[in-house]
Amino acid sequence: MVKLNTRNIKRENETAVGYLNNLDEGQTENMENGYSEVKVEGLNFFYGSKQALFNVDIMVEEKGVAALIGPSGCGKSTFLRVLNRMNDLIPGTRLEGRVTVHGEDIYDPATDVVKLRKKVGMVFQQPNPFPKSIFDNIAYGPRIDGQKNKAVLSEIVEESLKGAALWDEVKDRLHEPALALSGGQQQRLCIARALAVQPRILLMDEPTSAIDPIATQRIEDLIRDLCTDYTIIIVTHNMQQAARISDNTGFFLQGEMVEWGKTSQLFTKPEDQRTEDYITGRFG
Amino acid sequence: MKTDLVIEKPSSKAHGEWRKMELAGYWALRFTLVLVLFILGVIVFDIVSKGAGVINWEFLSQPPRVGMTEGGIFPAIVGTFYVTLITIAFAVPLGVGAAIYLNEYAVQGRFTRLVRMSLRNLAGVPSIVFGLFGMAVFVKFFGFGPSLIAAGFTLGLLTLPVTVTAAEEALITVPRAYRAGSFALGATRWQVVRTVVLPRALPGILTGTILGLARAAGETAPILATGAAFFLPHLPDSIRSQFMALPYHLFIMATQHHSISQVRPIAYGTALVLLLLVCILNLAAVLLRKRYRDRVAKGL
Repeated sequence: MVKLNTRNIKRENETAVGYLNNLDEGQTENMENGYSEVKVEGLNFFYGSKQALFNVDIMVEEKGVAALIGPSGCGKSTFLRVLNRMNDLIPGTRLEGRVTVHGEDIYDPATDVVKLRKKVGMVFQQPNPFPKSIFDNIAYGPRIDGQKNKAVLSEIVEESLKGAALWDEVKDRLHEPALALSGGQQQRLCIARALAVQPRILLMDEPTSAIDPIATQRIEDLIRDLCTDYTIIIVTHNMQQAARISDNTGFFLQGEMVEWGKTSQLFTKPEDQRTEDYITGRFG
Repeated sequence: MKTDLVIEKPSSKAHGEWRKMELAGYWALRFTLVLVLFILGVIVFDIVSKGAGVINWEFLSQPPRVGMTEGGIFPAIVGTFYVTLITIAFAVPLGVGAAIYLNEYAVQGRFTRLVRMSLRNLAGVPSIVFGLFGMAVFVKFFGFGPSLIAAGFTLGLLTLPVTVTAAEEALITVPRAYRAGSFALGATRWQVVRTVVLPRALPGILTGTILGLARAAGETAPILATGAAFFLPHLPDSIRSQFMALPYHLFIMATQHHSISQVRPIAYGTALVLLLLVCILNLAAVLLRKRYRDRVAKGL
């Protein structure tokens, strides 16, 4: 098992750009090792005695957008939180099976959850900026990682905001409260905040469901831009959104992954009858 | 009095009954409030009217003289101030730490429920019991003797349930989404607590703590056997010294002095000073809460 310590590479670098370059090298190196970005085998997940996921298998390749669709309560959000172990925070949860991120078994007792979550970032359904300034929100991740250099922080903040297509709107008011931004801007700020810790994978849990249509459009465009550099796994209740932005789609139903494949394929020629019923609107 | 709530037209008799009941309830409830305010008003008026005349600079800055029939209450003010400081030093770190553990670290379940229930019961334990416990533990067992530190710790124990509960309530009001956002960025639990939860909860914690302290500063029973002195010519010079305190001084002047009627004005003056002190602490809590609300409204 190859354990890549990209965080240490970062600390040795004095600039964010240098770090980015090094990270690219790291990614190339890993790609050559031929690991899937995310590989899940035989996943069963339980909330107490209630089973939420049944024998899920999935393989997500590097870069691009993978969408997870399905009716409410089908387990798609639970599945997403398996990938950065956010379910650990819910008492009484239990998991069987094997989940590897980049060849590394993330449920191995030796896995550093903190490191995992830096590698696998997350954007939530409700924009949740901290009650701090825009700058402090973006700098939050690097700061808890020990970065104190102001110049480096400024650079990371600028790069991250540009990455989330928010820089032009907020560059003159970086020190104003993030909560003063509109809902759509707050969500892009949360994406920028996730980018600032240089993740490889971005998990998005219905990121546009609390946002108006125009802001949704901007975030969808942003997701398409970001997926050239990051692997994005998005949960959405909106089938049109999945069809618009994803390369691969998985359909969840009652805790089972019914079908997983190319988005174009799944929406035009689904293999499973249940998938067809769902996408043609017969239920859900 | 016409009402919109009546949908069907009731018979005039039933309607009259209904209105009478409603009016009776209204006036009965209104009367209870007036009564409460009246009682409070009488107490405050009594203390202010009889105590205000005694208070002057000499009363606040001089020790008692001539068998405590003249002079001021300076050592009692200082003693209460010191003992409150020790109470803070004891109760705040311990109480806030326990609350953080209970709310942020402990797995919620039967054990945490039991702890919370015990704390609530502890808050109901009479203060004289705390005094007795303080005497047994701090004065005797730890050998502090009757002293500022023994009394401060005893008052600290007394306020602990309040401090823990107030701190926990403040921690609970921090939205879960902030914690989730922080964890998702790879923060450790302590980083989540330190950088997101505590800054947000701190004003609430302080407000609750100050209210608890205001309560403790006015307590007599817990310091009675743990360090408060009848009369001391000097100010305390170490945490092992005995001390005079406002509530205890008031108790003496009101019941234990050899000529109670003569020193009655001093007792009222002491009561007024104590009342003002508690008011100042409560006012600080109110201002802190207001500042906190403004900050939340601004999103910082």
